[in-house]
Amino acid sequence: MENLVNVYFFGKKYQVPESLTIMKAMEYAGYQLVRGCGCRNGFCGACSTIYRIKGQTELHACLACQQKVENDMYVATLPFFPLVKQVYDIEKIKPTEQIMMQLYPEIYACIGCNACTKSCTQGLNVMQYIAYAQRGEYEKCAEESFDCVMCGVCSSRCPAGISHPQVAELSRRLYGKYIAPETQHLIDRVKEIEDGKYVELIETLMNKPIEELKELYNNREIEK
Amino acid sequence: MYKYTQEQLDSMKKVEATRQERLNNLFARMSADEKQTVLKENHPDYIETAYEELKVGPNKGGKVLHELADLLQGKSRVLDMDIDLSKPDYDVDVLVIGGGGAGSSAAIEADNAGAKVMMVTKLRIGDANTMMAEGGIQAADKPNDSPAIHYLDAFGGGHFAAKHELLYKLVNDAPDAIKWLNELGVMFDKEADGTMITTHGGGTSRKRMHACKDYSGAEIMRTLRDEVLNRGIPVVDFTAAIEIIKDVEGKAAGAVLMNMETKDIYVAKAKTVIIATGGAGRLHYQGFPTSNHYGATADGLVLGYRAGAKLLYADTLQYHPTGVAEPTQIFGALVTEKVRSLGAQLVNKDGQAFVYSLETRDVTASSIIRECKKRDNGIKTTDGEGVWLDTPMIDMIGGEGTIEKRIPAMLRMFGKYGIDIRKDPILVYPTLHYQNGGLDISADGMTTTVPNLFVAGEAVGGIHGRNRLMGNSLLDIIVFGRNAGKSVGKIYKDIEVKELTLDHVKAFDKELKDAGINATKLSPQLLPNYTKQKDI
Repeated sequence: MENLVNVYFFGKKYQVPESLTIMKAMEYAGYQLVRGCGCRNGFCGACSTIYRIKGQTELHACLACQQKVENDMYVATLPFFPLVKQVYDIEKIKPTEQIMMQLYPEIYACIGCNACTKSCTQGLNVMQYIAYAQRGEYEKCAEESFDCVMCGVCSSRCPAGISHPQVAELSRRLYGKYIAPETQHLIDRVKEIEDGKYVELIETLMNKPIEELKELYNNREIEK
Repeated sequence: MYKYTQEQLDSMKKVEATRQERLNNLFARMSADEKQTVLKENHPDYIETAYEELKVGPNKGGKVLHELADLLQGKSRVLDMDIDLSKPDYDVDVLVIGGGGAGSSAAIEADNAGAKVMMVTKLRIGDANTMMAEGGIQAADKPNDSPAIHYLDAFGGGHFAAKHELLYKLVNDAPDAIKWLNELGVMFDKEADGTMITTHGGGTSRKRMHACKDYSGAEIMRTLRDEVLNRGIPVVDFTAAIEIIKDVEGKAAGAVLMNMETKDIYVAKAKTVIIATGGAGRLHYQGFPTSNHYGATADGLVLGYRAGAKLLYADTLQYHPTGVAEPTQIFGALVTEKVRSLGAQLVNKDGQAFVYSLETRDVTASSIIRECKKRDNGIKTTDGEGVWLDTPMIDMIGGEGTIEKRIPAMLRMFGKYGIDIRKDPILVYPTLHYQNGGLDISADGMTTTVPNLFVAGEAVGGIHGRNRLMGNSLLDIIVFGRNAGKSVGKIYKDIEVKELTLDHVKAFDKELKDAGINATKLSPQLLPNYTKQKDI
């Protein structure tokens, strides 16, 4: 029999195998999850969770699907956090410093407490990417925030009321659309397709007998 | 440091010992005959006892896996309900069921066409397999490539079974899909001059895999979600569609919705309905673990089937070759194919390579199963067995820092359990990954049998055939999501919905009874049940 540990879900005690993640431990205890459960692989940010180990003062944040249980762990899930998402037209805005001031002025109220970085479930330097956003350095903000799963834990800890994941999302879209270099070969190919350049080529292929297609496929040249 | 068993540690040493030699000697590709043999003898799709014949519905007489048959021939949730269809709670032009990449793309394009759109999703927008797609998205946009070459790769990779008209659309619309995403602000990996950084995937003959590090799907999904919200398209979340509503002329005309928390029932009337509900990994076909999202329970197939839509290739599933075999906490999670694209080899317990790393997924998965089950060359793990994926080769080939830069999510995922994939190989085994089959559609995205019922994304069957290449799924959700959105955008103005009905559901139930099936399992399933279990 595997070792059991005591965990407290919303204050109530359960005994669960020590190898489980918090999410699987909740299910083991009998919770049928509807909220607070998504990809179960650390990509979607649905299962933000905070916990504290009995007798310690430090408050931890994690994704329930990624964090193993520990003995005497007090767990509260955070399946929703009211982030502020400003609405904008990506075609009309421009990657200027003003756009951040206009949409997310609260970022300039950052007091530098670093609680966001300390709580990030992905281990990102959140305060740093907010600093980049303040200065309109969207490429840096986009790179620094790239692994963000938008779980919202950072915002729950922020005394300035900043919605960090949304600031990062805006920065990434500004960078991806306006700052990253244009791709000429992509533009050219789309134009060729619009002009119908490949219609005949594909149609000829489609109309070949299966045996001939197999022959072509099995002997096709493969780029090194 | 992760606590490997002594046997695992000893085997790992052998992998290390042969690494340099393997680096210089690539394992040979299989011939067409060798591929057929390994598939027939090892692929789960060929295990006949796992299948049963459907007794009712549009595919009566066809075979599907037991788990799916139970749901397709299950009991509708609305049979015992008293639902007033004459007073809809929602009345829209386009009802999109599902909040993933396909649903979001469809909603954006329908919105572009001026339609009144509503999305419903049983979880949240973005809670979808799209979010988890790591490796990339294919498109033939390089000078040495063309949509025709892409076509041949995908057609052959899918065992010459794809529907021509759908595959044509997939490859021909691919570059525009990338351009569209780029213009929405998706951050593709690019060289300083703007050239896309592209790699091979299993079965590709050109390097056409575009990526956003190894968060490709996540980057695409969060951008689409942001765009949906910017446009003010209503997203009714934590609300599942539990049955398609038709009008008295037999056309799709809405859906019965259920609040996942309060169980309240709503009626949504719509001129057109787009099913974009994704896959089925959470049904755990044949007991496999899965890389899929929590909500992947084949709901759309059940909704569509009961409404009269046909299934195509619903008997074929994709088992991704490299699911996590150890550590047990992330058993079944995806290890992106990009790890092999970047040079990592598959290696057995003695440190020997046994398959060319970038065969198509079904061939690679079958080879791993053969290595473990038939040749006894696997390594025992907590949950079963697996083979090594030799990740340290990546930095040896691409230079130090390649792993950190190109597959940061993998580095992080294993790092959490004390495994540094730059230094040590990892243990993998096939995991249930993708539903190759689904509802049958025409090139405009509409089902072949139910007017005004559209399908997009993983719920569609026939785009890829009987196997799918890496990077063609992210592509298909964008291409066919947009396609469905544009198609409904063209027709919604001319549609007049007649009186609503659920008679088809009652008729289906009668068919079940006449066939001697006493359906008790409620379907669609909506969510898996993992309570009181510790093994999945």
